[in-house]
Amino acid sequence: MNESTRSEAPYSFGKRNSSSALYDRIFTGLVWGIGILVILFIVGLLFMLLKNGLPKLTWDFLYSIPSEIEEGGGIGPALFNSFYLLAISLIISIPIGLAAGIYLAEFAPNNKLIDFVRICVEGLSSVPSIIFGLFGIALFVEMFQIGLTILGGAISLAFLNLPMLTRITEESIRAVPVEMKNASFALGSTHLQTIRKVLVPVALNGLVTGICLTAGRAFGESAVIILTAGVTTSGVMWDFNLFSPGETLAVHLWYVQSEAIVPDAQEIAQKATSVLIFIVLLINIVFRVPLWLNSRKTKS
Amino acid sequence: MKALIEIDKLNLFYGTFQALKNVSMEIPQRAITAFIGPSGCGKSTLLRTLNRMNDMIPGTRIEGKIAVGGTDIYSGEVHVETLRKKVGMVFQQPNPFPKSIYDNVAYGPRLHGVRGKKQLDEIVESSLRAAALWDEVKDHLKRSALSISGGQQQRLCIARALAVEPDVLLMDEATSALDPISTLKIEELAQELKDKYTIVMVTHNMHQAARVSHQTVFFLNGEVVEYSETEKLFSDPSDQRTEDYISGRFG
Ligand SMILES: Nc1ncnc2c1ncn2[C@@H]1O[C@H](COP(=O)(O)OP(=O)(O)OP(=O)(O)O)[C@@H](O)[C@H]1O
Ligand SMILES: [Mg+2]
Repeated sequence: MNESTRSEAPYSFGKRNSSSALYDRIFTGLVWGIGILVILFIVGLLFMLLKNGLPKLTWDFLYSIPSEIEEGGGIGPALFNSFYLLAISLIISIPIGLAAGIYLAEFAPNNKLIDFVRICVEGLSSVPSIIFGLFGIALFVEMFQIGLTILGGAISLAFLNLPMLTRITEESIRAVPVEMKNASFALGSTHLQTIRKVLVPVALNGLVTGICLTAGRAFGESAVIILTAGVTTSGVMWDFNLFSPGETLAVHLWYVQSEAIVPDAQEIAQKATSVLIFIVLLINIVFRVPLWLNSRKTKS
Repeated sequence: MKALIEIDKLNLFYGTFQALKNVSMEIPQRAITAFIGPSGCGKSTLLRTLNRMNDMIPGTRIEGKIAVGGTDIYSGEVHVETLRKKVGMVFQQPNPFPKSIYDNVAYGPRLHGVRGKKQLDEIVESSLRAAALWDEVKDHLKRSALSISGGQQQRLCIARALAVEPDVLLMDEATSALDPISTLKIEELAQELKDKYTIVMVTHNMHQAARVSHQTVFFLNGEVVEYSETEKLFSDPSDQRTEDYISGRFG
C-alpha cells in the first residue's frame, strides 16, 4: 500500500473490532504475569536459602574439620571431597559422553539397534539417581570389595552424568545447520576436520550449557554418594587418596540436618546450604567465561 | 575449446528413484556452462556428482563415468577430499561459518596444511580481491561473517571456495537468494573468473544463462534434452521442448 492510496481512501487504522486483539492482550498479560511470578519465586527462594547462612559464613568454616560433639565445626573435608569427586567424575564422563554423543549424531547408522540405544540413553538420563547408587554398591562394594570410597563415588557419579552428557552432545551437534557441514565438506575437509573445526565450535554453547547442568547436578548429588562414597570423611584436609571415604558437601548437609548431635547443627546446615548454592552458581559462571570471551572476539 | 569434464552415460538413483538418465556431456575448460530446466529435473543432482557431494546422501547409486581432467573421479584411487579441493562449490543459500571473515576464507587453506600467518594473509587478501569483496571488508576482517549482508556473504563464500585454488567452481543457484544488484555483481564476477576457472552454474533465470554462459544445458526429468553454445540454444534450439521451455510455454 503506498502513500497515494492511503490518503485518498478514508481508511481507518483504529482498533480491530475482532476479539483476537483482546485475546492477544490477555495472553500477553498472562505471559508477563507468570514470567514475573516465576522470577520473584526464584529470587525469593534464593533469598530464603541464603539469608540465614550467608551472613554467618567465615573463611574458617570452609576449610576447618567438622566436629562430632562440640560447636564450631567446619565443612573442610566435605567441601574438598565435593570438588574432588566432581573433578574425577567429569574427567571420566566428559570425554566418553562427548565421544558417544558425536558418534550418535555423526557416525551411527540408521537402524533399529541405534534407535534402541538412543531410547536407553534417554531413559537412563531420567532414571532416579539412587539407581546409579545401587549399581555402584553392586560394583564397588560387592564385586570389587573396596568399600565406600572416593573412587567408587566418582565413577558412579560419572555413570550418572554419562547419559545426560551423551544426549546433550548429540542434540547440540545435530542442531548445527547442515549447510555448514556441507560448506566444510565442499572445501575438501575430512569428517574429523569438519567435526573438530565446525560442528564442535558451533555447538559449543549447547555443549557448555550441558556440561554446566551436569556438573551442577553432580555437585549437589547425594543419593549416589551416600551409597558409594559413604557419609564420613577421612577427617583430614587435602586427602587425595582415592580409597578414602568420600562424603561430599551435599551429603554432609543431609547428615547434619538429620543425624548429627552437635548443638549448632542447624546453623551448619544453613551455612553449608549457602555454600552449595553459591558454588553451583559459580560453576555456571566459570564455565561460561570462555564462551563469553570467544563471542566478544568474533562479534565486535 | 578443450573439455575439462567429460560425463559419459551417467545414471543416478536415489534408492529406486532414477534422478539422472543416461546423461552425457562435455564441459569446456575456462568457460561458463549453465544448467537450466524446470524444478526437480536433476540439475543440482548432476552438479553434486561433480564434486561427489552426493556421496553423503545415503542410498545414492551411480552408473557411468565422470572424468575431470582425464581422471575417473569415481575410481578407487581418487580421494574425495582432493577432488573437492579441485572442484569447489558455492551453494544456493550463503552459508558462511559463524567465524570471522578472515577465518572463513582461511578455513580451506588451513585444512590443507597452510600454516604461516603471512601466507594466510596473502591468500585471504587475494581470494577476497578475486571475489570483489576486498574493498568492502578489508578494514574489518575480524568481524563475524554473519554481520555482513547476504550478497556480501555469498561473495565471501565464493572467496572461501577460491582460497583453496580450485580448477572448477560449481554454483548452484548462487544468486537466487540475492537482490538484483548483488546478482549483477556476482555475474560480473563470474565473467572475470572464467578466465582462470571452469564454472558450472545452475540457474532458474534464463536471462542469466543467456547473459553469462558460454554453453547451456537444458534438462528435463533427469535427461539432457539439448546442450550447445548458449547463443545457439537460445536463438535456434533444435528440440521442440527446449523451445517451449525458453519461450516460457511450460515449466
Ligand atoms: N536426497 C534425495 N533423496 C531422494 N530424492 C532426491 C534427493 N534429492 C533430490 N531428489 C530428487 O531428485 C530429483 C532431482 O532433484 P534436484 O534437486 O537435482 O532437482 P533440481 O533440478 O536441482 O531442482 P530445483 O531447480 O528445484 O533445485 C527430484 O525429483 C528430487 O525429488
Ligand atoms: Mg536444485
